[in-house]
Amino acid sequence: MSLAKRIIPCLDCDNGRVVKGVKFVDIRDAGDPVEISKRYCEQGADEITFLDITASTEDRGTTIHTVEAIASEVFIPLTVGGGIRTLQDIRDMLNAGADKVGINTSAVLNPEFVREAAERFGAQCIVVAIDAKCVSGPGEPKRWEIFTHGGRKPTGLDAIAWAQKMTAYGAGEILLTSMDRDGTKNGFDLDLTRAISDAVAVPVIASGGVGNLQHLVDGIKIGKADAVLAASIFHFGEYTIPQAKAFMREQGIEVR
Amino acid sequence: MTHLAVIDYGMGNLHSVAKALEHVARRADLTFKISVSADPKVLQAADRLVFPGVGAMRDCMGEIRRLGIDEILREQIQHKPVLAICVGMQALMERSEENGGVECIGLFRGEVRRFAAGQHDAKGELLKVPHMGWSEVKQRAHPLWRGIPEGSRFYFVHSYYVQPHDSAEVVGVTDYPAPFCAALARDNIFAVQFHPEKSQDSGLQLLQNFLTWSGHA
Repeated sequence: MSLAKRIIPCLDCDNGRVVKGVKFVDIRDAGDPVEISKRYCEQGADEITFLDITASTEDRGTTIHTVEAIASEVFIPLTVGGGIRTLQDIRDMLNAGADKVGINTSAVLNPEFVREAAERFGAQCIVVAIDAKCVSGPGEPKRWEIFTHGGRKPTGLDAIAWAQKMTAYGAGEILLTSMDRDGTKNGFDLDLTRAISDAVAVPVIASGGVGNLQHLVDGIKIGKADAVLAASIFHFGEYTIPQAKAFMREQGIEVR
Repeated sequence: MTHLAVIDYGMGNLHSVAKALEHVARRADLTFKISVSADPKVLQAADRLVFPGVGAMRDCMGEIRRLGIDEILREQIQHKPVLAICVGMQALMERSEENGGVECIGLFRGEVRRFAAGQHDAKGELLKVPHMGWSEVKQRAHPLWRGIPEGSRFYFVHSYYVQPHDSAEVVGVTDYPAPFCAALARDNIFAVQFHPEKSQDSGLQLLQNFLTWSGHA
């Protein structure tokens, strides 16, 4: 009897619609976030992650309204990210029904914000989202750096050191996205996932690049992730959550 | 009509709890009213109370004391069923290790402890802290488990767990990796470490059971 590995469908939302980009551009419309969340919940998704993908870029907050609507219909955990900048933003999201908030750009701009947020609301609801890109040349030891603003802005921060720092500051979970893989369907960056999972004591959610069910298994078995996040394979009906769970179970992974 | 009050001391995920209760009450065809409040008059008038909690213990207890919730609870548990959730459960103990040590309400004898770092499960995998996700709960007889299969998974997210002195009060156990108290009960109180409002079918069933529980198990 142990903890089940989690499957987390991710809803990237723009103006109240679920969208999915390839390498953070080229957006396809995938539907209404409330309907999609309900469907995933009924199918046995373990959590839902809602990301307001335009929030940092266009300097506007996540839509509390959509979060409230999802939380009224979906009785599994909901993480909300995108444009979380102040303690009041976190308070608003928790009151709207979010269980956790994802902090990305604001953590880079002001790491103390993560510490304050964890002290105020508890580490368990503070997810630090890390967008990392491989910056080492061929033949060099692998190295990844943190990028913000939807993957457009380099920060010079080393991904492993950053994940450790954020954990020390009180992050209760790391949502790790490979910018090299996101939207490619080539699978997670397993070296990156493994490096971060080994480096921190909190749960790590692998994200970016899932194209088939074997990728989910690899993220857990090879990448040592505690949870796997995917968007387009579920949104566009290539696979269902029950198919994903059945496949993972066959491969010896404990799922709910 | 059943009048249910969710105790609001400013630290909650109150929307989630209230929405889930609303959902199950409607599903069960109950006529109901849900208040979200810290007003002693409202809490006294309600038929049953839900005591949720999210956040750090020092801040939680600060607000609980400032609003007099501790005294209200002490008095109200004599008269009506109370469901405590997560940090709400922890706040019922005598003290917590969190934030360098915090005195809590003390309705149950025992402490709140942090999971040790660096523990491994039976397969040799490192157990992360917080304990986050869906774990099985071994039940001990209590009316609130009615209709929920033994060993059902519930959603947990916590770094601290309660350690009651009286093992007879433990009504649910989860392993991480050692067994810890996932549910605690005595008389009118039922307290859970997991989040029933986020545990899909099993959690909703537990909330529904609470809505019709007469208390004094």
